[in-house]
Amino acid sequence: MKGSSPNTKEETVPAQYGWLWCPFRRYRTRPRNKSKVFPWFGLDIGGTLVKLVYFEPKDITAEEEKEEVESLKSIRKYLTSNVAYGSTGIRDVHLELKDLTLCGRKGNLHFIRFPTHDMPAFIQMGKDKNFSSLHTVFCATGGGSYKFEQDFLTIGDLQLHKLDELDCLIKGILYIDSVGFNGRSQCYYFENPADSEKCQKLPFDLKNPYPLLLVNIGSGVSILAVYSKDNYKRVTGTSLGGGTFFGLCCLLTGCSTFEEALEMASRGDSTKVDKLVRDIYGGDYERFGLPGWAVASSFGNMMSKEKREAASKEDLARATLITITNNIGSIARMCALNENINQVVFVGNFLRVNTIAMRLLAYALDYWSKGQLKALFSEHEGYFGAVGALLELLKIP
Amino acid sequence: MAERGASGGGSGGDSLDKSITLPPDEIFRNLENAKRFAIDIGGSLTKLAYYSTVQHKVAKVRSFDHPGKDVEQDHEPPYEISVQEEITARLHFIKFENTYMEACLDFIRDHLVNTETKVIQATGGGAYKFKDLIEEKLRLKVDKEDVMTCLIKGCNFVLKNIPHEAFMYQKDSDPEFRFQTNHPNIFPYLLVNIGSGVSIVKVETEDRFEWIGGSSIGGGTFWGLGALLTKTKKFDELLQLASRGRHANVDMLVQDIYGGAHQTLGLSGNLIASSFGKSATADREFSKEDMAKSLLHMISNDIGQLACLYAKLHGLDRVYFGGFFIRGHPVTMRTITYSINFFSKGEVQALFLRHEGYLGAIGAFLKGAEQDSPNQYSWGENYAASSGLMSTSPELCPTQRARSGTFDLLEMDRLERPLVNLPLLLDPSSYVPDTVDLTDDALARQYWLTCFEEALDGVVKRAVASQPESIDAAERAEKFRQKYWSKLQTLRHQPFAYGTLTVRSLLDTREHCLNEFNFPDPYSKVKQKENGLALKCFQSVTRSLDSLGWEERQLALVKGLLAGNVFDWGAKAVSDVLESDPQFGFEEAKRKLQERPWLVDSYTKWLQRLKGPPHKCALIFADNSGIDIILGVFPFVRELLFRGTEVILACNSGPALNDVTYSESLIVAEHIAAMDPIICSALREDRLLLVQTGSSSPCLDLSRLDKGLAVLVRERGADLVVIEGMGRAIHTNYHALLCCESLKLAVVKNAWLAERLGGQLFSVIFKYEVPTE
Repeated sequence: MKGSSPNTKEETVPAQYGWLWCPFRRYRTRPRNKSKVFPWFGLDIGGTLVKLVYFEPKDITAEEEKEEVESLKSIRKYLTSNVAYGSTGIRDVHLELKDLTLCGRKGNLHFIRFPTHDMPAFIQMGKDKNFSSLHTVFCATGGGSYKFEQDFLTIGDLQLHKLDELDCLIKGILYIDSVGFNGRSQCYYFENPADSEKCQKLPFDLKNPYPLLLVNIGSGVSILAVYSKDNYKRVTGTSLGGGTFFGLCCLLTGCSTFEEALEMASRGDSTKVDKLVRDIYGGDYERFGLPGWAVASSFGNMMSKEKREAASKEDLARATLITITNNIGSIARMCALNENINQVVFVGNFLRVNTIAMRLLAYALDYWSKGQLKALFSEHEGYFGAVGALLELLKIP
Repeated sequence: MAERGASGGGSGGDSLDKSITLPPDEIFRNLENAKRFAIDIGGSLTKLAYYSTVQHKVAKVRSFDHPGKDVEQDHEPPYEISVQEEITARLHFIKFENTYMEACLDFIRDHLVNTETKVIQATGGGAYKFKDLIEEKLRLKVDKEDVMTCLIKGCNFVLKNIPHEAFMYQKDSDPEFRFQTNHPNIFPYLLVNIGSGVSIVKVETEDRFEWIGGSSIGGGTFWGLGALLTKTKKFDELLQLASRGRHANVDMLVQDIYGGAHQTLGLSGNLIASSFGKSATADREFSKEDMAKSLLHMISNDIGQLACLYAKLHGLDRVYFGGFFIRGHPVTMRTITYSINFFSKGEVQALFLRHEGYLGAIGAFLKGAEQDSPNQYSWGENYAASSGLMSTSPELCPTQRARSGTFDLLEMDRLERPLVNLPLLLDPSSYVPDTVDLTDDALARQYWLTCFEEALDGVVKRAVASQPESIDAAERAEKFRQKYWSKLQTLRHQPFAYGTLTVRSLLDTREHCLNEFNFPDPYSKVKQKENGLALKCFQSVTRSLDSLGWEERQLALVKGLLAGNVFDWGAKAVSDVLESDPQFGFEEAKRKLQERPWLVDSYTKWLQRLKGPPHKCALIFADNSGIDIILGVFPFVRELLFRGTEVILACNSGPALNDVTYSESLIVAEHIAAMDPIICSALREDRLLLVQTGSSSPCLDLSRLDKGLAVLVRERGADLVVIEGMGRAIHTNYHALLCCESLKLAVVKNAWLAERLGGQLFSVIFKYEVPTE
């Protein structure tokens, strides 16, 4: 074997990027006192998506309005009067938090996302709109805050203030949960998740948040055990995440957007693709207490040529979704058991408009833990890192 | 979860070729005595198991009617040897591709004589598919057995009975296989079976195990998803694609997200952040190799991670991996091992099994054979008939690969008596019998393989000469030569084929091959003659010893032991010293011995000890027949008895080279007792006990000894162990730690080994050890 593979020296172990540098990196340089100067942004540059939160002050005095420089005004107008930016930037209007009081100012919090590969265009826009003249500090987290730091500086003349990804994530979650969702609950769960008739999304009051297992599903997955506001650890992570779902869907179905992949999945039947316990044992495998409906082998039916030919793209998309979701559920469940935690909060953009995955996570966690574990979700699923970055800018708390 | 065998060979499962490439009677051996069949049918490989009785010749020794009387007078031998037929039990396991199923079933039906057999135990995912065919062809009723139960029964069986069954796989070391010594207590452990899905089972005792979890992402995912992505249909071809690919073209790595900054963060940018993360684009093509590699990493890492999480939850650190995803494939063993090391930070060991592919068949067989209580016996792998672990890397050894693609055999002999640990081992779990690991030590390996090759002619001659009245002796001896020669060649290319390669395993393999061709005891006549000659000298030797002063006598006794040990027909350097005058030869041998100080010399300490109170009971492992046992060991035993120490004299159960066997030792003792009152009364009063070791090896494995011996050692409170001879005290046990005093002595009769130990030919090892408190 030796020498036959060109990759023998490569290290090839999965990891989600965020956890790798969390506990031993602390930032000594804090944003200077200019921090409360508008505009207020928080930026989270992930592997696939950039998440941007923007605080739009609604209590601007006439005096302030007069003093507001043109570029600042133009940014505010541009961001708040559009719901789409270029061909890929999107403002999640439904997530907007209204009448928020932040650092003594009242305003609305906007949630914007665009693909990471459009980052150069974003930086260019910053340059065109003359951001650097605002003497603002860009608080950014995520791996991209490293990758694009130099570009921000040389192209946009902007200094990034890089922040710990997990710190931001946890701060963001706790903060957003505390302010609620325009009078509604931020946190929710599913009742009867397996039953499409009876399934209900219900608010959950996270009044006793600790301990908490936090599962952040972005391109990859990070799993954190949170014991208090400042006491948390990264438990593990897996490379089988949202990026894997979307990547495999692109290869298997030729789809080009996440939404398209999910839409296909919603019309597919994964049992044509997966081999179930009942396909092998004719029913339940009683010796081990395995129900017949459980997946025995993901894509297991695809070992057969006939079944490969019979499976539609929709079936393949569905199977990919089920495979990745079940696996995340399974790892999360094992972590919860090992850490002795029974509430598990799933966040991250993989869950955006992804009810199939959420219901499956809810069901799988409940079933395999015999009701011991509860799966919780949060309305602003993918934006917590960016919110945390914004809070850091304002030094809250 | 269910087993779905993968194609074992490059020829693949779709081939319609039904011809059998080896003569079937060399594969389905002993069918005429076969009973109790079991079959494990996977997706493309079938494993058949059956029990047979093997009739083979053994040399029996028997006293003449008037023992001892005539010895002094004439040249009659002290006992007679008769060759008898003996029946032993053997388990046969054969692995072949499903495409041969019909041909194999036909062959079995045509040769099956035993009509008691009514049922066949069947397991595996394919058992259902072939049920009708089996019932029709063999006219046996198919009894389906649970897949996991069979796997676990099989796993327990091999872990208990086959030394060096489990190994770690280390990709960058040479060899990649690192075998584990058998742990005295195999439970509890985790078995991760990667078939089409993954089952994780915690095994706590022989009969208690629990499915604690699983994953649907397994071998079927690799195969099914791989087939979709690459249009490659066969499992093996997918693995080959994967071994050529670069996953970084498909996976999103940490460095892709962090840019160059990962270096300043002190972390590896090569870590995978998101599997298939780069393929999330419609406008790029990806190579089959890269996708297959990415998929392999994704699945192996995921399984490794889950296995670690389960191991942690249940507090286990030994995880055995099996199933068709593993089945000896270096690519998958490598990625799984890597993943386990990464996720457990080295706390969990990923272990693989040499006979992994047979577990289901072994288990199914055991289920069916429960009334024969196979678990009450000890079994030993027959090296002569078993194929050993084949490298599945086609680059490494294409011919071997082709063979394993067709038929693969495992045979296990039922040992007459159950084997257990010597109760005096200091730490049974860390005991390693062998001194040098030849899989590790390439220089030593080359030397010994060549040495055994060169000695082969002599062994063949000896074998022929031992059966002058047999007409086909020459023919059989030639077959033996070919068999052993080919084993040696296999071991040159794949030292790990039968576990850790050692001088012991080379010797044992030779004994198995000799037995295979009905040369049960080529040295029987030589031993008979030498025993006769030595018995004649016994009294004069003891007389001269008795005339010495105490201190002088002690040294003379030790020298006698050592000199006796020079007489070893197995060692080339002395094979022609003494045809005529044994007494002269014995004296000559003493002169040949190295002068003190010896190469290893703790004699002074031993003498000091002898001045103290007598030992309660000494356990002595004897080596050669003739001068060694009679003029070396027995006078030493006599002195111990005289001091008030009881003696347990342990000899091999079966023949190996010129080593004294238990039955020979009984006759020898009887003759000596007739001449010597000390020995006579000690035998009568059970102060001298003769026992068998349970072994037929020229070496000594203290972790596999006859249960009766172990019981006796405990009962009598043995506080001294004496091990003599190169095979038992140097090739094995040189570093063995005991919890009582021990004496290891040998004469180094091999120039190369002597040089290695820093001495010359006929250097003396006298190692007296007292355990530290």
